[in-house]
Amino acid sequence: MIFDTGLSSAMEITVNVMMIVLTVALLMAFFRLVKGPTLPDRVVALDLVAAIAVAIFAVYAVVVDQPVFIDAAIVLALIIFLGTVAFARYTERRGRP
Amino acid sequence: MSEVIIVILMATGAALMLLAGIGILRMPDLFTRMHVATKSATLGVGCVLTAVAIFFGDVGVFTRALLVILFFFLTAPVGAHLIGRAGYIVGVPLWEGTKWDELKGKYDHSNHTLNSPKTLKTRVPDPDSPHARDDT
Repeated sequence: MIFDTGLSSAMEITVNVMMIVLTVALLMAFFRLVKGPTLPDRVVALDLVAAIAVAIFAVYAVVVDQPVFIDAAIVLALIIFLGTVAFARYTERRGRP
Repeated sequence: MSEVIIVILMATGAALMLLAGIGILRMPDLFTRMHVATKSATLGVGCVLTAVAIFFGDVGVFTRALLVILFFFLTAPVGAHLIGRAGYIVGVPLWEGTKWDELKGKYDHSNHTLNSPKTLKTRVPDPDSPHARDDT
């Protein structure tokens, strides 16, 4: 087991498998972020990276038994929406993909 | 009992997130990628945060988790719409298998208006209506 949570074995297996699955999904989204090929593709990938990061924060709050990490998830969700809106405006202004 | 619900919700959330990752990697163009990433990632985050809220069983945590879920459900469609619109306007290529492009030839790129003769040019405004506009 990667994370020793001290919970019941079913919960511990779930949390560990979930962390691995979320990391794989994060790597997939990050690959699209690097590869592109256009700017809107990268922005969509960044949006997905943020959503997966919010889920990882939530699972990590369960792992360390600290509900404070939910606050970090709130902040990340707020900031990344502003980033998406700003990138959409910028793409439209720039006029080329 | 609550543990069973938590495990089921977390597994559903992780599966949806993995689906979003596979989709964004494998889908052929921007619009299909945007569609798969937004929908399944939003539902996945909702499932995971509901599971975490049930796990802590605390009013404060529940409120904050609900806040994140509500925020995601409000902002994810708006953000996806904005970036899809920007992508279409700047001319991101569509997948070659696309069958329908209803905006093709109707969108005026110079002044960002729709040219639809049926709805815009021949519409006669009702003079009695309080919403009648002078410029139409």
